[in-house]
This record gives sequence, C-alpha cells and structure tokens, in this order.
Amino acid sequence: MRIIKGQEIVEDQWVHVEDEQPLPEGDVIISLARWQAEKDTLIGRNQGGLGVRVSPDYHAEDIADDLEHFDVVALDFPVFRDGRAYSTARLLRDRYNYEGEIRATGDVLRDQLFYMFRCGFDAFEVRADRSIDDAIKAFSEMTVTYQPATDEPLPLWRRRA
Amino acid sequence: MYQYDSFDRQLVSERVEQFRDQVARRLRGELSEEEFLPLRLQNGIYLQLHAYMIRVAIPYGVLSSKQMRRLAYIARTYDKGYGHFTTRQNIQYNWPKLEDLPDILESLADVEMHAIQTSGNCIRNISADQLAGVAADEVTDPRPYSEILRQWSTFHPEFAHLPRKFKFALTGSEDDRAAIAFHDIGYRVVVNDKGEEGFQIFVGGGMGRTPMIAKEITPFIHRKHLLSYTESMLRVYNGYGRRDNKYKARIKILIHEMGIEEYRQRVEEDFARAKDGAMTLDDAEIDRMKAFFAPPAYEDLPATDANVDTLVAENKRFGQWLDRNVEDHKQQGYSIVALSLKTKGVAPGDVTADQMDEIARLADEYSLGIMRTTHKQNIVFPDVRKKDLPALWDELKRIALAEPNIETITDLICCPGLDYCALANARSIPVALELTEKLDDIDYLHDLGDLRLNISGCINACGHHHAGNIGILGVDKKGEEFYQITLGGSSKSDASVGKIVGPAFSADEIVPAVENVLETYTENREEEESFLDCYRRIGMAPFKERLYANN
Ligand code: SF4
Repeated sequence: MRIIKGQEIVEDQWVHVEDEQPLPEGDVIISLARWQAEKDTLIGRNQGGLGVRVSPDYHAEDIADDLEHFDVVALDFPVFRDGRAYSTARLLRDRYNYEGEIRATGDVLRDQLFYMFRCGFDAFEVRADRSIDDAIKAFSEMTVTYQPATDEPLPLWRRRA
Repeated sequence: MYQYDSFDRQLVSERVEQFRDQVARRLRGELSEEEFLPLRLQNGIYLQLHAYMIRVAIPYGVLSSKQMRRLAYIARTYDKGYGHFTTRQNIQYNWPKLEDLPDILESLADVEMHAIQTSGNCIRNISADQLAGVAADEVTDPRPYSEILRQWSTFHPEFAHLPRKFKFALTGSEDDRAAIAFHDIGYRVVVNDKGEEGFQIFVGGGMGRTPMIAKEITPFIHRKHLLSYTESMLRVYNGYGRRDNKYKARIKILIHEMGIEEYRQRVEEDFARAKDGAMTLDDAEIDRMKAFFAPPAYEDLPATDANVDTLVAENKRFGQWLDRNVEDHKQQGYSIVALSLKTKGVAPGDVTADQMDEIARLADEYSLGIMRTTHKQNIVFPDVRKKDLPALWDELKRIALAEPNIETITDLICCPGLDYCALANARSIPVALELTEKLDDIDYLHDLGDLRLNISGCINACGHHHAGNIGILGVDKKGEEFYQITLGGSSKSDASVGKIVGPAFSADEIVPAVENVLETYTENREEEESFLDCYRRIGMAPFKERLYANN
C-alpha cells in the first residue's frame, strides 16, 4: 500500500495486524488493547518495529508512559469530523516530546492533511478510495500560518517582516 | 481599522485559489456533493432550501465604506440586489450561483474580506461590542484583542474539527452590548488594581435548544496569556466535548455535565504547561494592534450644537430619532448614530445594493469612512459630528434608514426562518413584517420604551428568542406553523433566559397575542418601569391570564 510519508508518496513497510492474528516478522502496528494485554512479551520482541493504533477515545496522557516503546503511533479518525486526534498529536510532540512517526489512519482526506501535518502527523494513510496523488497537493496550497504549532515554533507576529 | 499586510493578503488569496480548484472539481463531477460539503462549509457556503447561501465575515462588525461598496457590488452582480445582515455581525447572500462563488470570494479578497470560518465546527467569526472605541462607558477597546484572536483562530490546525461550532464575543465595557453571556467564550477586558490589562472570561453560554448563561472561569487573566489560556480552553473542549449527539456537542453541555470547577481545573492544568510559551503576547504586538484602532484625529467641537437644539424643538420626529438612534460619544461634540434596518415591509437586516452604496457614501461624508454592524442587525456610524446630525437625518430618511425605533419593540431580531432555512418549523419574517406593520405608531413605540423582541423559526434559536424580553419561537404542530411566546429574556449584563408562557399560538393569533402582552405591560407598569423590570416584578401570571383568558 502507498502512503504519504514526509510529504512524499512511498510504499508502506508497516503491517496492520488485527488482534486475533499472530504477529508476523517485520514492522507491525497493533491495537492499543493488544499492547496493553501483551506488553511484557512485546517489549522483548526483536523482529521488527512496533506501532500502536489508538482510537480517539484515548488521549495523549493515556499512552504517554509507554511512548519509548513505539516507533509508530497511529491515530485513528473514525470520521474526518472527529478532531480529537489533532490535540493528541500536538501533545505527543510538544508536551511528551515523542519523536517517532505519528500516522493518520481511517477517514484521512486531502483537505485535512495540512492541518494534520501542522499538528505533528508525519505519515498519512489516505483513504483507500481516494487518489493519493491528488491528496499530496494539499501540502502546497496554503503557505501562511498565523499561529505556532508543531511545524512552526513562532506565531506570525514574530515572523512578520 | 486593521489593515492587511502581505501575509494576510497572501493567506486570503491562497484560500480563494484553493476553493476555485475545489469548485472546479465539483463542477467536473470529481467531487460529489457529499465530499464537497465540508469544503464549501469551510468557506461559509451553505445549501439552503432554494439555493446556495454565502456568509461573509465582518470581523467584530467593523466595515469601511470601500468594503460596503464592494458588498453592494456583489449583491448587484451575483445576487438579487440585496444582502442580509445577520445576528453575528456578518452579511449573507441568499442567491449566489455555485460557479460564481470563487469570483465572489476573489472580489471580497480585494477589499480584505473573506468567508473563512463563517460555518463549520470551528471557531467562528469573532463578534464584539459595536460601540468599541467610542462608547462613553468603555474601559478598554476590545477590537485589538478581537483581531489578535481572529488571527490566532484563522485556520487553527488543532481546532478545525471541534465537536461543534464555537463563538467568541468581546466587550470592554460594563454595559454588555455584545451578549457575552450567550457565547461559548465571552471576554470582558478589565484592568486590575495594579493597573494591568487582562480578561474576565466566561464560558459555556449559548442559545439553541438548551439555552445557558455562561459561567465565569476566571475573574482576571493577564493579557499576555490571552492566546495560551484560550488555547487550553479549546483543547479541553476538543478532547472531551461530546461528539455522540449534535445537540449535546456545544461546550455549554460539557460545562454543564463536567461542572465548571472540573473544567476549570483541567484548563488550568493544561495552561500551567503551555504558559509562557511562544504564544505569550508581548507589549510590542499588543501595541502594534492597538495602533490600528487608535482614535481618529477628532476635531475640537463644542458639546452642544444650536441647530440641533432648534430642530429638536421644532420637529418631534427628529427629537424621537435623537432619543432612540443617537448615543453619546466619548469625544465631546461627536455622536454615535444607529441606522435602523428594521423598517416596515422589509425583512429585518435586509439591505438593498442601492442602500449599501448610499450608506457607504454617507459614511464617507459623516463618519470618517467607517461603520459597524451590530448583532441586532443594524448599522452604526461611530463618529458623527453633532452639528451634522440634522443633515445626516435628512439623508437617512431619504433611503428609509431613519426609523426612530432602536431598542424598541420593532427593532426586532429575526432569523431567516422557513422562507430560506431548511431546518425551520415556521416562517419568521412574515411575523416580523406583520408586527412592524401593526406597531407603526412611533409615539406608542416610544411609550413602550426599551423592549427587545426576538423571533426564531425553530429551536436552534438563531433569532435569539431566549434572549428577547419577548421571544417568539416557531414550532410545528401536525404540519402547521405555530408560535410559542417566551417572556423575560435578556442578553445584557443582567442576562436571563426567557420562559415559555403557555401553549403556542397559530399564525393568525401570534400578533394579537403580542399585543395582549404589551397591554398587560402598559396596564401594570409603574411610572418609568421598563417591560423587563415590570415582568420581573409582577411575574408571569398576569400575562398568562390575559393571553389565555378565553380558554
Ligand atoms: S432558528 Fe431555526 S429556522 Fe431560524 S435560521 Fe436558525 S435553524 Fe433556521
């Protein structure tokens, strides 16, 4: 599957694994529930990277203590209108200093990508029925930002010439 | 007023280009209406009963004559020759064509206007006291802070998909003309005993089906923390506001269910960590913003004008107009003049393109080229020389904007209702028109005095019926239009929510019912007592008795 990573389209090396499936070798993304249940064995796993899939019912503070174990935090958008994950991503980056990948999954559409990027998302699984080649244009449409966010430390008033 | 620099201009024009592309994709069929919906909503475009509607932002109600001329041009070129000023100090056009919308936005961008965040579940256009900067009772002008908040909230990436729409209002006066108690967040600029400027902040007010008065979250937060504190308030709402039910998604419900103490604690926790970060406002930025709103170079004028006094003595109508439509200015020799958009035969808030052009001309001639829109759907000239009042009055009469009815019962607020709105239960404009038709005796209006009557076509309360001393609410009874009456609402500093009197009235009965309410008041009032004070003293019972006497 192709995803957007660092504003480029790349072939994804990560595999989403459902709770009942055995873990394959390689880089896997599992549910937060599975992580919580199998934490002890998962910490010792050395066959690839580990990511968790987090529903917006969970907030940044709910996973903050475990962040060191995750290479990917995949924040899910059940519908694009559910904006909770924007705050979660910002807090993971700005408050908990998480430096791994923050990936948007679920109802991920072109017109949300720029805001997601500004909040600290750096990987995007664009919804399967949408054109990813179209979606990537989202990053070049708007160039002026008033407020500081994860992508920009300063408000515009400190940048105005 | 605020002037765009190259950054602001670029932001707005990039937005226009982005939307032009989206409309093109829609017209080519690459986007379905369903996919287009969130995109058009982010640009203030709704699909109404008969056509698209575009809502143009007028930030905190400040408008230049140049902008007003452009609004006239748009009404003439792309609409049916008129526009509608709303209760959010904005203007709506009810008949634009989809393919014209990008051109409309481009035309607006030319005069530093846009339709950004006038719809959708984001921070909406910010409203403020329409007399900001000129009111005699003002402590601090809220407009510089309104602009700071406007910029911060524009395309805020974290808060573009809140549980529900989110409305700010600001005032800098004791006397609340911006209805801050009925907003998601209401700010009052205050000065503490150390002489520092800051904000008293209220949260969780609103109308809709569950009207609530906002609660104080802090009595004073220093002005430098305005944005950080606001961001923390929004972050807690974004994370914990309800998303399972559209009607329970406003912040008022979160505050109600969580309690103001718990909400405050979570906000304070977040704020404690965010405080003193990049968003902390410095004096330089605040001063830069204040400079945009510095008082104009007023002339040194006498406090009174002989011609005005003579005309008052000679012409009762002029006196009534002065009494109702003209207010004291903080600068000696100047007045604040309200243009009434509530005249017989016209839907409240509607203005024709020709009137807009004339308003722009008059603003240039009499009000330093600047005007304000009000949440009561009128227009205000903030800086009129007293000696010009007779001439201005003559001109306004000519274009039917001199009705001396400001803050009387016919200065009513009214939502579009079933004539335009897909959500409506009942028409509201015809009720407004019938009322203004019936109550056209100016002496009687003046005798009734301050009396706010507000009409909503359904429980969503866009016509603010909860905040009317008399409120009228359209309801549906087995497919027929009916109207409930509420009494005792107020959006001023003594804010209260109106209470339902009893069973609803049919379309034929509603205006006579209002007349009954008025008679009950005039029979019961003591001396100069206002309608609201009288109601608060005598209570609901006498009104109820009168209204349902025959049943
Ligand atoms: S109050 Fe109801 S009818 Fe009136 S504009 Fe709002 S949604 Fe429409």
